Amino acid sequence: AMDTDLSSQDRKDLDKFIKFFALKTVQVIVQARLGEKICTRSSSSPTGSDWFNLAIKDIPEVTHEAKKALAGQLPAVGRSMCVEISLKTSEGDSMELEIWCLEMNEKCDKEIKVSYTVYNRLSLLLKSLLAITRVTPAYRLSRKQGHEYVILYRIYFGEVQLSGLGEGFQTVRVGTVGTPVGTITLSCAYRINLAFMSTRQFERTPPIMGIIIDHFVDRPYPSSSPMHPCNYRAGEDNGAVYPSVEDSQEVCTTSFSTSPPSQCVFTVTKAHFQTPPPVVTDTLKVPVMGLAFSHQLSSSRLSYQPAALGVGSADMGYPVLFAGGLNAAHPHQLIAPGKEGGVPPIPSQPAHGTQADQERMCTPLDGVHYSAATPSSSEDTETVSNSSEGKCGSPHDLLETIFVRKVGAFVNKPINQVTMANLDIPFAMFAPKNVELEDNDPMVNPPDSPETESPLQGSLHSEGSSGSSTGNTHDDFVMIDFKPAFSKDDILPMDLGTFYREFQNPPQLSSLSIDIGAQSMAEDLDSLPEKLAAHEKNVKEFDAFVETLQ
Amino acid sequence: CPLSTRCCGPPGAAPAMNCRAEVLEVSVEGRQVEEAMLAVLHTVLLHRSTGKFHYKKEGTYSIGTVGTQDVDCDFIDFAYVRVSSEELDRALRKAVGEFKDALRSSGSDGMGQISLEFYQKKKSRWPFSDECIPWELWTIKVNVVNLANEQERQICREKVGEKLCEKIINIVEVMNRHEYLPKMPTQSEVDNVFDTSLKDVQPYLYKISYQITDSLGTSVTTTMRRLIKDTLAL
Repeated sequence: AMDTDLSSQDRKDLDKFIKFFALKTVQVIVQARLGEKICTRSSSSPTGSDWFNLAIKDIPEVTHEAKKALAGQLPAVGRSMCVEISLKTSEGDSMELEIWCLEMNEKCDKEIKVSYTVYNRLSLLLKSLLAITRVTPAYRLSRKQGHEYVILYRIYFGEVQLSGLGEGFQTVRVGTVGTPVGTITLSCAYRINLAFMSTRQFERTPPIMGIIIDHFVDRPYPSSSPMHPCNYRAGEDNGAVYPSVEDSQEVCTTSFSTSPPSQCVFTVTKAHFQTPPPVVTDTLKVPVMGLAFSHQLSSSRLSYQPAALGVGSADMGYPVLFAGGLNAAHPHQLIAPGKEGGVPPIPSQPAHGTQADQERMCTPLDGVHYSAATPSSSEDTETVSNSSEGKCGSPHDLLETIFVRKVGAFVNKPINQVTMANLDIPFAMFAPKNVELEDNDPMVNPPDSPETESPLQGSLHSEGSSGSSTGNTHDDFVMIDFKPAFSKDDILPMDLGTFYREFQNPPQLSSLSIDIGAQSMAEDLDSLPEKLAAHEKNVKEFDAFVETLQ
Repeated sequence: CPLSTRCCGPPGAAPAMNCRAEVLEVSVEGRQVEEAMLAVLHTVLLHRSTGKFHYKKEGTYSIGTVGTQDVDCDFIDFAYVRVSSEELDRALRKAVGEFKDALRSSGSDGMGQISLEFYQKKKSRWPFSDECIPWELWTIKVNVVNLANEQERQICREKVGEKLCEKIINIVEVMNRHEYLPKMPTQSEVDNVFDTSLKDVQPYLYKISYQITDSLGTSVTTTMRRLIKDTLAL
């Protein structure tokens, strides 16, 4: 009954918009946690594949994971799409940092135009998401990942589970878009306190020990090449080694009309991309960090390298990945890396209890896994050229993951950061320590002082805004207190802030609206003499009328 | 630019009745002014820019693609996303640079504000000049502080970073209200709503102005600079 008002074409369009909005949302979030600066180009002519008129790349594996989680469904009431961002240390401890929720509620907006207003508002919401993903605490953490920890993502569909975020987590709303079938809301709940581990029981797993995976971009040279973060071009991603896409990639060509909404033209064309043959994906799942945007797939080589790289120049690009995730099909086992010399075998271990949180109700069957690229387990340098053709059927549908560290605010100086990793407590690296300076920044380097505080440490208060950063010296995160401009008043039936906002900008009077630009003042002046003459003629009538009133 | 003398009200005029106005305040160190202003302005313009319109027959149009990129700040522990358009970035840097210079030369108190106004043009017949009708006004009030030592500077880096995170959240909240936006224009009207002079993106018509206040809080040097993105200046 709810959608009988919606034409079937509109309904189809709306479903498509929501589906692709969900996929793009996941891309934006995951890409914002890769630890890389993102850069895409504007293009004056529409390419036809840029949904919502935004250049957001599609990392195929991420799309694959998202589609798998959605399993053909769309977000609906009680069925939310969630992207969980967590951190995993080199010693095996992990912790949820954020849950991004794409939800649908029942509040419908029947009047809204699907192929126009909803589409544009979804575009705006994606822009907001781009902005917000950079201001939550996990962003800075993800920019510094690589040596002692990695950032992982997991997509699930169903009920939102926030219990893994610890106490006192904060929420930020990215935005909402009303549609005829419900209101889409996008928000993020994030942990603010890292100092919680005393209450949690961690299963200690053997350290990951910083296994580095080298990736070669399309050429068999052992040296890593710097990543090129921009220049996404649609249609290049034909690497046969990608996980197969079940449905064809749909291309969106939108035309908008400035005529009355009923004449809106919206065309969607389908472009069938070559679907590669299915590949085995039940291999080692590796954290997503550093998934590259280049679509030339290549081989990988697993090699062992100690956590403290001591690599000086931040400009040198080197690929870093931790092979520490779980295997979806065999959750009890970490796949041993390949035979390449120097790689220590990873013993299998029991189901990673820390991953599948006791609080969460995931079962092994519902696709709980840390999605990531799946590296080859049998490559060595000699076989690089072979694998770059894309050996399907062998477990290495890996995306190469080179990234470049740039000098800047988030420079990661490993040398000073490893000292605490030896402490036998979880998340030791986040314990107070006297180092972790951004050495590259000459402005930052304080004079020798034994009491130098780590930038992460200390209470990060801002004057009077976020209330309760209570003297906890382990408060590593800023409490971004999301308070609306007017605080809630329980006595009033409506939130004062909402009331104010709703009535703050009444619609413009039609007589003042710009569209009534027909009557210029000159015309008004011109017609005045006529009007006056007419009134003069009838003056006797007017007088008589006035008499009757007295 | 001849239009600048005809267009719009006197300097400092209050926004029209239905113009939405938002005010943000930040306290920063001198060297952080530019990055902080750019972060806010770019975030607003990210939301207020579309791809280039291409009008076709029958009144339909298609929209180009907007790319985005991350920007790391050097003097603030902060990063933001901006539209990938060098022209737009240059224009904003120019305005912010002027603002910073004016702040610096105004004396040690360093208080001022920079405004980003979105407006629509309403054509009138001669001899009446075109009207500029603002529909959204963002004002950033800036207070420049002086710090004594490196330790304070380090704390300031972090604090300003946090503050800017809050501002971004505030901006996004305003954007999410889906309040008045100019109607999508026909081809003949597009220049009354959008700035079509850039190659790769199309922001709504905007202008940036600033004011410096002295320690008494009065506008001693009311320097109104308009960066109107019409191509008439060519």
